[in-house]
Amino acid sequence: MTAPFAGFGLGLRKPHYAAFLEGDVAVDFVEVISENFMVDGGRPREILRQVRARYPVALHGVSMSLGSADGLDERYLARLRDLIDEIDPLFVSDHLSWSRIEGFNAHDLLPLPYTLEALDIVCANIDRAQRALGRCLLVENPSSYIDVRPADMSEWQFLEAICSRTGCQLLLDLNNVFVSASNHGFDALTYLDALPLDRVRQIHLAGHSQGRAMLIDTHDQPVPDAVWRLYAHVAPRLGAVATMIERDDDIPPLAELLAELQTARAIAAQAIQVAA
Amino acid sequence: MSLLALQRDMRAWLTAQDAQAAGRIGRDARPGLLIYQNNYRAQLAACLEAIFDRTRAWMGREAFLAAASVHIERVPPSSWTLDAYGADFPQTLARLHPEDPEIAELAWIDLTLDQAFVTMDAEPLSPAALTGVDWDRAVLRLSPSLSLASQTTNAAAIWSALAARAPPPPVEAAAALGGLRVWRSRQGPRVRAIEADEARALERTRAGARFATICDDAVDRLGADEGVRRAGRWLESWLRDDLIVGVFPECSPCLAARCLDASQARTR
Repeated sequence: MTAPFAGFGLGLRKPHYAAFLEGDVAVDFVEVISENFMVDGGRPREILRQVRARYPVALHGVSMSLGSADGLDERYLARLRDLIDEIDPLFVSDHLSWSRIEGFNAHDLLPLPYTLEALDIVCANIDRAQRALGRCLLVENPSSYIDVRPADMSEWQFLEAICSRTGCQLLLDLNNVFVSASNHGFDALTYLDALPLDRVRQIHLAGHSQGRAMLIDTHDQPVPDAVWRLYAHVAPRLGAVATMIERDDDIPPLAELLAELQTARAIAAQAIQVAA
Repeated sequence: MSLLALQRDMRAWLTAQDAQAAGRIGRDARPGLLIYQNNYRAQLAACLEAIFDRTRAWMGREAFLAAASVHIERVPPSSWTLDAYGADFPQTLARLHPEDPEIAELAWIDLTLDQAFVTMDAEPLSPAALTGVDWDRAVLRLSPSLSLASQTTNAAAIWSALAARAPPPPVEAAAALGGLRVWRSRQGPRVRAIEADEARALERTRAGARFATICDDAVDRLGADEGVRRAGRWLESWLRDDLIVGVFPECSPCLAARCLDASQARTR
């Protein structure tokens, strides 16, 4: 059995394609948005092949819609399987959310009610996805702007239940924890302390913006101090994980993202000393 | 409320701003619902702006966003990929601007170039690969990236000027009903205005007609000398533009010499 992957990476975004193709960027892996490469051919797929020749690649999806009450889109799964077979990714992940119902696709990560009924549906969908993809999925905790009621459990209890029932693992997005905690008034540390951290294989670090009434998960800002503090809190109790900076908008020069990644490395190194 | 009922209500809120559906999602949910509503519309509008960049430059951003808003009301997204959302936008523009046909034609060019970028890979044939082809039987296989449309205006010239950040020419009706071809060459997606005869030849080739039939058709329409000359020019340009990715049937070695003679005779 191979040891779980541990390292530090970045999301691969268009402004930085050339740097990743031409030079040695100091990362241990890159993450790509799966859907951007689930195409028939052309330049995007060729770029991914070339990047994959240099770096381990994690596939991060936004359209699997694990919470759809009418099940998963088989054509989507087939295309993703095709990409997995070609790229042999480090991880395959998507979100604890839904975007599609009865032929409509919102292209957003919409919130679920944490009910027993939803738990059955999500677990059935994860089982189906893992069978179709031949892979263990990493499921990411979402950020949300509605705390859907009534609920039978908290989000962290829901995540623990899906891990227990399906064998899936977790992508822990600490910015999402912070955003949802702020928007819905729960304690982020309580959330993290209750989560099954032994299931976490990947960490997302990102930034957000202040909206009129709530925090918005914009991924267009540097990682804020509050999110770094959550990382420092949880890092001593994590096993081998892949940690990355997730930036999707107002993409800065690569050097700025690498500097943020260096901060993550320093916090993780300190966590190892604390744990020892 | 079941999960399915909740998801139907959310769809009704996002696509039709259904207040009753919003009320069922939750009394305290209004601020969050407004964020999701804004995200939904902003993302679809941004998707259309990204695909229809030249069309937006031609129309002006305000007019473009007004059309995008109508489209978002009219056509909810259905595909797993956001890239597919632009597929019906040229039709929306044609309905909104029937007096300005160049707008929908520009949109078609933007859309098909965007689609050509990610169509299936197919290695173009070199001219040398046609040596020995039996031209009486040969069927050319065209690039899967090829799209064809008729054009009634000089939209291709307008598009090219906008792409080059040059002043676009004024709208003109096409001198003769012609066509547009969009495809992906080794250098990337391309667009070109073509004569109606070439558009017809490409359509027939794509439908499986032998090249000999294409030649005969050109001869019938244009006369013997001009027909053969024109078909030869098409073949030359299709090869140069990386449009030909296969030829069937493959040449049998024992017929190679005769086929070569025939091909040379036909393209002289």
